[in-house]
Amino acid sequence: MKGMTVIVRTIARWVKVFIFLYGCLITITGHLTPGGGFAGGVIIAASFILITLAYGKELALRQLPLRAAAGLDSVGALIFLVVALFGIGFGGIFFANWIQRRFPGGSFHLLSSGAIPVYNIAICLKVGASLFITFVIMSVLRIVVQKDGSFRMVQDEEEE
Amino acid sequence: MGTEISILVLLVFMIVAALIAAETRSLLSSVISLGAVGVGVSIAFLFVAAPDLAIVQVSVEVLLLLFFVRSTIGREVEHVKGRIRWPGLLLAILLCAGVLAFGVYALRSLPPFGSPVISAVKEAPSNLYLEKSLKETGAPNVVAGIILDYRGYDTLGEATVLFASILGALAILRGRAKRRKEK
Repeated sequence: MKGMTVIVRTIARWVKVFIFLYGCLITITGHLTPGGGFAGGVIIAASFILITLAYGKELALRQLPLRAAAGLDSVGALIFLVVALFGIGFGGIFFANWIQRRFPGGSFHLLSSGAIPVYNIAICLKVGASLFITFVIMSVLRIVVQKDGSFRMVQDEEEE
Repeated sequence: MGTEISILVLLVFMIVAALIAAETRSLLSSVISLGAVGVGVSIAFLFVAAPDLAIVQVSVEVLLLLFFVRSTIGREVEHVKGRIRWPGLLLAILLCAGVLAFGVYALRSLPPFGSPVISAVKEAPSNLYLEKSLKETGAPNVVAGIILDYRGYDTLGEATVLFASILGALAILRGRAKRRKEK
């Protein structure tokens, strides 16, 4: 993919920051206001996909390499599982909200409700990274139906 | 009453958009009509006071639309011409009518719009969640409290499904690409 015109690029350069920050906001305040890790992750992935569409995948992959995205994906899943497993040790049962029991924090504060913000951030990392990976893989490869009806996968550059 | 009328208008809009998506000739218009259905669902969630679902729905819808446009652009559908097979069509119509009749019968037993079942049953767990969620989980957003604390297993399963599906898609697509490079 080569990217789009100057107008799209200029607007994308300004808007991507706000989309990214909005995704972070929705994730971090997921336990206070509507939203949460899933929606925040999708919005963050959308900001990277905007870069991919406007500038081409080379720049997007320089900002978030595929290997790093795969790492973030795994790290998100691991954080989710490890915090939940700590619930057995500190709270007695799997998925016990042990942070909330140790450090209650005030209600309606950013640092409150224990493990829920941690879970939100973990899910955000997981969802955002995996959706970005899927989009890049889908835009790098393309299925071509040959004349005899069989499928073949080609990379975009080969075709052009 | 106003909410009901708005939702009915939205439902008609969604049905029309879905019909267009199914019947239109161009693949791109079909995908865009599918996006219109998704936006309608999101607005309907807002009308029934479910902002969490509305946010997730609208963001996932936009992203999926991008995915679909990216994967369908520059491609045309081949239209199959042939005779209508009457027995199959008749069976489909009968099945649709049966499901519709069952739906009408089943929906009659639901409580009226705007009065949820949990208000009638005092011992329902949902009432317990609404009462104790803030005290027990500390999260003012009850939805977050439920999906990440009371129902944490569900979220873990959801994350596992996502992880497994991405892993599978990545493995399949990447394997083909590498094999092609070696040739």
